[in-house]
Amino acid sequence: MDFDWAIIAKNKQVLWDGMKLSLQLFGIALAGGIFFGTLLAMARLSSWKILSMPATGFVNLIRSIPFIMAIFWFYFLTPMLVQKMTGQQGEAVGPMTSAIVAFIMVESAYYSEIIRAGIQSIPRGQPWAAYALGMNYWQAMGHVVLPQAFRNMTPIMLTQAIILFQDTSLVYVVGLKDFLGAASKGGQLSGRIVELYIFVALVYFVICFGASWLVKRLNERIAVIR
Amino acid sequence: MDWSVFLQKAPSGGMTYLGWLASGTMWTLLVSIFAWVIAFTLGSILGVLRTTPLRIPRAIATAYVEVFRNVPLLVQMFLWYFVMPEVVPESLGNWLKQDLPNLVDLPFAQFSMWEFTAAVICLGMYTASRVAEQVRAGIQSLPRGQTNAGLAMGFTLPQVYKFVLLPMAYRLIIPPMTSEFLTIFKNSSTALTIGVIELTAQSRQISEYTFKTFEAFTAATLIYIVITLTVIYAMRFLEGRLAVPGFISQAGGGH
Repeated sequence: MDFDWAIIAKNKQVLWDGMKLSLQLFGIALAGGIFFGTLLAMARLSSWKILSMPATGFVNLIRSIPFIMAIFWFYFLTPMLVQKMTGQQGEAVGPMTSAIVAFIMVESAYYSEIIRAGIQSIPRGQPWAAYALGMNYWQAMGHVVLPQAFRNMTPIMLTQAIILFQDTSLVYVVGLKDFLGAASKGGQLSGRIVELYIFVALVYFVICFGASWLVKRLNERIAVIR
Repeated sequence: MDWSVFLQKAPSGGMTYLGWLASGTMWTLLVSIFAWVIAFTLGSILGVLRTTPLRIPRAIATAYVEVFRNVPLLVQMFLWYFVMPEVVPESLGNWLKQDLPNLVDLPFAQFSMWEFTAAVICLGMYTASRVAEQVRAGIQSLPRGQTNAGLAMGFTLPQVYKFVLLPMAYRLIIPPMTSEFLTIFKNSSTALTIGVIELTAQSRQISEYTFKTFEAFTAATLIYIVITLTVIYAMRFLEGRLAVPGFISQAGGGH
């Protein structure tokens, strides 16, 4: 077939808007995932069963179903929950809100496993020493355990961030126009889907390959410092 | 909540909704298993190549892994399904798109051999890059002395792989390989974007027909969990049976 690469320039704006949505979703899911993932990891390691059991159950549940299934679940649940919480009928919850909730939930489960391993890599004596110095749980976690844990976990957390960036393309299934969704839409309108999908693949490759290269470099530098 | 919905006859096709779930589960498993065959075979070859002293094969294997790891799975799915038939010779492309027989031709679910094949190839080749990394890590975790001892005994390099390195490496990587299989199993849901009516798609379809979204999603979720747990326990059993005494101490098998 003959290619018409001019179609990419014609869809410049649409594609850029799509990329902005992808990046937005990525940023929010990353921040939310790490924040709630940390809380989940702390809950899982808690000696209080009432905290550790639901946290473990949630993480295992999310990790054993497909990402798309989780997106469908939260797409269905979020509007219901928002309605329950605000008490308002017919409150419109857009697909973007549902997608954000889904991504934060799924990523917090994935990140909590990484963070849990990070926390467990810190010798037990350290929190004990912190308690002995009179710190409470939050001080010991915030000033002693977590800073070291996060430093140990940085490479694997960044790798997970790259995977998360790739996973944002899954919002296609609820019809959001992320980078891939935008290309798909533009391709259907113009009948030039081949060029646009190849372009999308190249852009994702350049971004993710570049990012993994940087992570690898960072790994080497961290290894040298130690 | 109304769980009896699954026993109701679906409007078309003469099946109950439970039958739809069963059909979805079957296609999820078929896609996963066929894709796993590709992923395991190709991934093993690539993983071995990445550890050999041969420069060009090593470079090819490395390039493969980088390419397939750094493009989102969904994008790869579209490349296989939409782009591939357009860039191959026209007659082949048309054959793929139009002439392949329908696998499922029911009022509620139609897809052809081409949708299924594209999904299998895509998942298989994507996961091969991940399997390759596991195989490579497994081989590299073995002491260097094993290769050297093998060579010193007069084995050729392929023989060293066949009789010394791989039998050990495959046992060591059973746990990560189990999670790779579960990854394929979960990722098989991306096949719904190109029209394969697998379990996730089927549960959404049931929710659209009956408005019993909660029940439909719960049922699919439970099926995913049951299969995941079955695989985990089966592999743990296998790991115990295959453990090398004194070498692999976990799984309670060994010594």
